[in-house]
Amino acid sequence: MAGYILRRLLQAIPVLLGTTFLIYFMVFAMPGDPVVALFGDKTPPPQVLEAVRERYNLDKPFIVQYLLFLGGIFRGDFGVSFSGEPVSDILARTFPVTLQLAAIATVFLAVGGILIGLISGLRKGGIFDASALVVSLILISLPIFVVAFTAQYIFGVQLGWFRTTVGSGAPIQDLILPAMVLATGSFAQIVRLTRASVIETDGQDFVRTAASKGLSRRRIVPVHILRNSLIPVVTYIAVDFGVLMVGATVTEGIFNVPGVGRTLYQAIIRGEGPTVVSFVTVMVLIYLIVNLLVDLLYAVLDPRIRYVK
Amino acid sequence: MKIKRIGVAAIALAAAGALTLTGCTSGSPSSSGAAGDTSAIITTNGSEPQNPLIPTNTNEVGGGKILDAIFAGLVYYDAKGAVHNDVAESIESDDAQNYTIKIKPDLKFTNGDPVNAESFVKAWNYGAALDNAQLSSYFFGDIEGFSLDENRPELSGLKVVDDLTFTVALVQPESDFPLSLGYSAFYPLPESAWDDLEAFGENPIGNGPYMLDGEGAWKHNEDISLVTNPDYDGPRKAQNGGLDIIFYASQDASYADLQGGNVDVVDQIPEAALSSYADEFPDRSVNQAAAIFQSFTIPARLPHFAGEEGQLRRAAISMAINREEITDVIFEGTRTPAHDFTSPVIDGYSEDVPGSEVLEFNPEKAKELWAQADAISPWSGAFQIAYNADGGHQGWVDAVSNQLKNNLGIDASGNPYPTFAEARTEITNRTIQTAFRSGWQADYPALFNFLGPLYGTGAGSNDGDYSNPEVDALLKEGRAETDIDAANEKFQQVQEILFKDLPAVPLWYSNVNGAWNDTVDNVEFGWNSVPLYYQITKAAE
Repeated sequence: MAGYILRRLLQAIPVLLGTTFLIYFMVFAMPGDPVVALFGDKTPPPQVLEAVRERYNLDKPFIVQYLLFLGGIFRGDFGVSFSGEPVSDILARTFPVTLQLAAIATVFLAVGGILIGLISGLRKGGIFDASALVVSLILISLPIFVVAFTAQYIFGVQLGWFRTTVGSGAPIQDLILPAMVLATGSFAQIVRLTRASVIETDGQDFVRTAASKGLSRRRIVPVHILRNSLIPVVTYIAVDFGVLMVGATVTEGIFNVPGVGRTLYQAIIRGEGPTVVSFVTVMVLIYLIVNLLVDLLYAVLDPRIRYVK
Repeated sequence: MKIKRIGVAAIALAAAGALTLTGCTSGSPSSSGAAGDTSAIITTNGSEPQNPLIPTNTNEVGGGKILDAIFAGLVYYDAKGAVHNDVAESIESDDAQNYTIKIKPDLKFTNGDPVNAESFVKAWNYGAALDNAQLSSYFFGDIEGFSLDENRPELSGLKVVDDLTFTVALVQPESDFPLSLGYSAFYPLPESAWDDLEAFGENPIGNGPYMLDGEGAWKHNEDISLVTNPDYDGPRKAQNGGLDIIFYASQDASYADLQGGNVDVVDQIPEAALSSYADEFPDRSVNQAAAIFQSFTIPARLPHFAGEEGQLRRAAISMAINREEITDVIFEGTRTPAHDFTSPVIDGYSEDVPGSEVLEFNPEKAKELWAQADAISPWSGAFQIAYNADGGHQGWVDAVSNQLKNNLGIDASGNPYPTFAEARTEITNRTIQTAFRSGWQADYPALFNFLGPLYGTGAGSNDGDYSNPEVDALLKEGRAETDIDAANEKFQQVQEILFKDLPAVPLWYSNVNGAWNDTVDNVEFGWNSVPLYYQITKAAE
């Protein structure tokens, strides 16, 4: 087990190097000079442009810039943004917010999606099942910004149940509405996945055996059916959590969440190489770790799965 | 020269004209005179500053809005763009080239450092020195001793006479120099700033109507909390307890917060709400022309656009555009059709500069002029307008192209660049081979600021490389006038020539679109489209 984890972590190193290089190169190759854009519609003298470029190392060739950046990372220095803030501070500020948002969204997703999927699966073809399918179909077809704007207008502006955007310090109660909006994106998938999985498990021999042993339905459903149906669902939720962690640009923009997606978007627009690459590096790390955790979780859910060295 | 109060009445008239044109609600502040709670915090929208909060290194609205609140410059601009002394006791000059500036006594920064001649001279020297790579360094370009080729830590044109007096020597007469002194690049810095300027940029200390609410008041990407500076007793004394500037990533988010009552005043309205916001916030919204001029530039180097042929084609293009229709249909009346190269909020503005007929829609005349140009040299190819696709320009560019197509019978289209940075880079490097979108937001309210930097030979933002010796001479003469009216007369003569040459085709002035909740009173928008926060009052909750 420990050896397996170690091997997986070692595998992450070339992946990280490769991704940072690619991303750095892409930001570098983005057409247009970010320093020129700093001046808006006004054109400064070329000497001023040169002096500003020099300050941010933007006058150096690509590979030098990349190595300077990489060297900084090994010393724990992620560089500074145009506004003079250390990128490590930006990371430390935005990731916790997005983590909270993703966690709340995942709770909504998991609890709501699995519960509805389970009931649908157990009462296949019933009125509940049919309406759950229709509702999930509608949610799946709606673009996230439609859901976000609608929810913001109805619950924020009209009813006043939630704050329209996330206030200073991103308190948890402000994150609930954006988290619910985020959850709608994958909600339909979770419902359908759980439903299909439950239907399949329900027809398995061991379920019938359990029933013929005289076990009550109350015991069969959670222990025998649900637990065995969860493997694909857990995989999906974990991957989805990874996606949520790397930022939901649209939702964060609409609800003004000071999280990863919004900050990264701004950095890309401003052409701030160090900020973009640092964010992506951390995102890749998170993605790798989440995937590792999912693989380890399989063993917990299904004792038949073992990890060999 | 003493700073004069420039013609307020004339400007008010011009603004009224603009309002009738667009036919929208006026943003005059309600004069209920409710006292308001002097401890109430006003909340408003802003955006994360792109640079540390150092006056000479801030050139965008996000940081500018904060700096204007926490610093007081030598002069300030009122709602009409008129210039009044703030920190300055007097700004005097006999020749418009050598200025003597006296500062009011006993002024202090919020940390107790005195505001004196040194605070200005040191800050300006720092801002001008090449090695410091300050984004606004070129604002000091006309002070004697400024150099772009070598680092000079001190400008020879700045001399401290005594504690409260310093002199400025310019390389040439500039009557509008005192008008520019309210721009953020010219703010003073306290002595303590020099210990650690980096830390200062994070927690700036000013001398203005507001100050940061303690260390760390700037919460990056979230908001910045400002409180009233009790020591500020100047003309912009705050009528409220403070200012909370919330950084929004999108206009939609700030508008939703306005609707939800989480923010008091916003100075931007998202596109989707442009047609409805005036009804939703009755008597609490504004839509009036601002000091932002929009055009598209046709570089002189393009084939068919030089000489007499060029003049004819440029005039034909200008007359083939129906500005009223585009501002009404595409912008919902939130742009004001242009009548000149400046802006109606600027003193000296006139709708009737001779030659401005070329901005009126006249398709027959346009066709005629185009045919005359064809007689000189037949037209070939396509006419394209380059724009950045991330700035919401596609709508009007397509509309203008269609009008050119229909009215001139030529192949016209837009030429989008994915990002602003890309478009600007091509323009700056002169690699762009089409006409391109251009815009200008004034740094300070003066006619010259709309003309000199854009159309003077070799001027910084003369991206179309326009050059006309007559224009250069008139600009120079105008700046040498010590009387602002005489100067403006010269600048209007410049515009007469520009209407013939049309280096850029004027389109419209951007409007300021804002709205506020009934929690606040006395909301008025300044000449630079930012609300005058200091005079807003808010009732106690």
